[in-house]
Amino acid sequence: MSLPTDTGHFGQFGGRFVPEALQAALAELTEAFDAAWADPSYHAELEKLQRDYSGRPTPITVAGNFSRQCGNATILLKREDLNHTGAHKINNVLGQALLTKRMGKTRVIAETGAGQHGVATATAAALLGLECRVYMGEVDTQRQALNVARMQLLGAEVYAVAAGSRTLKDAMNEAMRDWVTTVEDTHYLIGTVGGPHPFPYLVRELQRVISTEARRQMIAEHGGLPDYVAACVGGGSNAIGMFYDFIEDPSVGLYGFEAEGEGIATGRHAATITAGSPGVLHGARTYVLQDEEGQTIESHSISAGLDYPGVGPEHAWLATTGRAVYEPVTDADAMDAFKQLTRTEGIIPAIESAHAVAGAKRLGLRLAQERPDLHPKILVCLSGRGDKDVATAFDWFGLPGVPDKTVGGLE
Amino acid sequence: MSSFTDAARLGNTGAVVSSCLDAGRPALVGYLPVGYPCVAQSMEAFRAVVEGSDGRGADIVEIGIPYSDPLMDGLVIQHATVKARARGVHTRDAFTAAETVAATGAAPMVMTYWNLIEAYGPDRFARDLASAGGRGVITPDLPPDDCPEWFEASDAHNLDRVFLIAPSSTDERIALTMGSCRGWVYATSVMGVTGARSATSDAAPVIVGRARAIDPTVPVGIGLGVSNGAQAAEIGGYADLVIVGSALLKCLDSDGADMPGDLRRLRALSGELAAGVASARP
Repeated sequence: MSLPTDTGHFGQFGGRFVPEALQAALAELTEAFDAAWADPSYHAELEKLQRDYSGRPTPITVAGNFSRQCGNATILLKREDLNHTGAHKINNVLGQALLTKRMGKTRVIAETGAGQHGVATATAAALLGLECRVYMGEVDTQRQALNVARMQLLGAEVYAVAAGSRTLKDAMNEAMRDWVTTVEDTHYLIGTVGGPHPFPYLVRELQRVISTEARRQMIAEHGGLPDYVAACVGGGSNAIGMFYDFIEDPSVGLYGFEAEGEGIATGRHAATITAGSPGVLHGARTYVLQDEEGQTIESHSISAGLDYPGVGPEHAWLATTGRAVYEPVTDADAMDAFKQLTRTEGIIPAIESAHAVAGAKRLGLRLAQERPDLHPKILVCLSGRGDKDVATAFDWFGLPGVPDKTVGGLE
Repeated sequence: MSSFTDAARLGNTGAVVSSCLDAGRPALVGYLPVGYPCVAQSMEAFRAVVEGSDGRGADIVEIGIPYSDPLMDGLVIQHATVKARARGVHTRDAFTAAETVAATGAAPMVMTYWNLIEAYGPDRFARDLASAGGRGVITPDLPPDDCPEWFEASDAHNLDRVFLIAPSSTDERIALTMGSCRGWVYATSVMGVTGARSATSDAAPVIVGRARAIDPTVPVGIGLGVSNGAQAAEIGGYADLVIVGSALLKCLDSDGADMPGDLRRLRALSGELAAGVASARP
């Protein structure tokens, strides 16, 4: 059975748990997306933008040097970081911005954590002449100040949200509240595979280009399907995009790596599937970090993009059915991988993506122990580049911020 | 006189509305969150909303349960509920509030986002609320077409279930939603979140008219944006229930430091609103 159902369900997960004022907009969006998706002219326009504007297809890079630290595994990187604006987020945003125009709406709003989705939305809005407002948790505006400036340069208004944990969750609440009020002329351009139906489905279809390309590239250029596919999971849009076309390939193991922050036991983490429970958040039933009364617990991750106490309902479904495995990766392990990949391959990953890199390394080392005869190919979604995270890395590694040596001066 | 005659559709709170209409006026619904400024003082506030300034206040009280991710709430309610949570309010405090309200003679209902009921267990929640004297539940984010367990639980414990309609609702959704309600239907007068507004919405009479035409067996309440007696009188001219929330909550503006003063203001406003609905249908 193809999922979601017409009502937006993935088994027990998904649905439309939103105020009634939004139900009509969600129905309109579903209808508009289905019509667009069946329209060759929409696909032609989207593919042209993906090719000429975003830079698709993105290549697969064999991380030969880094692989030497990963047992017998070969790590291959699907280079979503090479997209325009520096992350997979643009895949979804271009599709939804075109949809906004088709629906005759003139304004988009978005929520963002790390800023990648906000920057991508501001970019598409600039390109297509849409008014744009981005909601960002106040904490995130501080740790991602560079991206705030980028959005403003692109012409977007950036609103800092001072409520709750002041991170992505609260930005999403505020964007929902904006949308309830302005739904007539505004599209809420959700950045992940979360929220009410049809967003988990719609965003998956737009991000699916990652696995469609990757599957073809692996067969054509790398000797066949990968043994494992890995991706980081916050809300889970890059992961669902990376997994989707491999779901029907039983030989391919799917691994999602969640943010373990300072450790599950500390309570300061964002490992929703690992340590959460089924509940309703932001319009969908899914796994949620919540207390026994159903109040959402604040999440924590060094990565603003993974710092979210929910996860897309399709991931909850894949976890429940066992088709995908979800494991947590700590801040410390992610930052080690961040540094190792940078030093061995000359690729600075987004800290989000570094979680996937760290998880892939751990998987490679574990397989070397359990199955030393295997030489697995692990395909990792390098979902974004790390330029935006330089300040965080600077703090984490305690870099002095001064040159190593001064030369050429006069006595 | 009330035109609502189907007792099964009216349930507990629709019957209250019907008797108000028989008395020539719409019903007044007052909302406050439990736990603000603290749990104990919020109980005094609930009593004040019912008693009003001269024994005339709300007929039905909406007891809000503070939630971490309130999609429908404007700033006034958000600020109060954040404080209530920080001060240790719990889901079960809503049952204490229901007892408090029931003791005044008004009909207590609970307004809550669905996840809190799901976490408590729908059947257990309905049982405990009904035991405390609660008469029904308003669920602003629960789609009426996706909650069989809530139908079972609310039926099993004889609680009304009130869902929302909005100006953007299609006729099909209005029919589905009203068909799912027992008691009355909550119509939001504007597209937006909660909060007192200076002028009433042009959309309010339109949504009431549409709802009535689609399903005349369930009373229609108007909420969002009502802040004073004059507005209550205006809306009460055509709606069966007038719902007031943020404006009442704004009276509790001393954060508990001057609670007698707050309660005086709260009683005065509740009385003014009650007088407003009483004069709505001369």
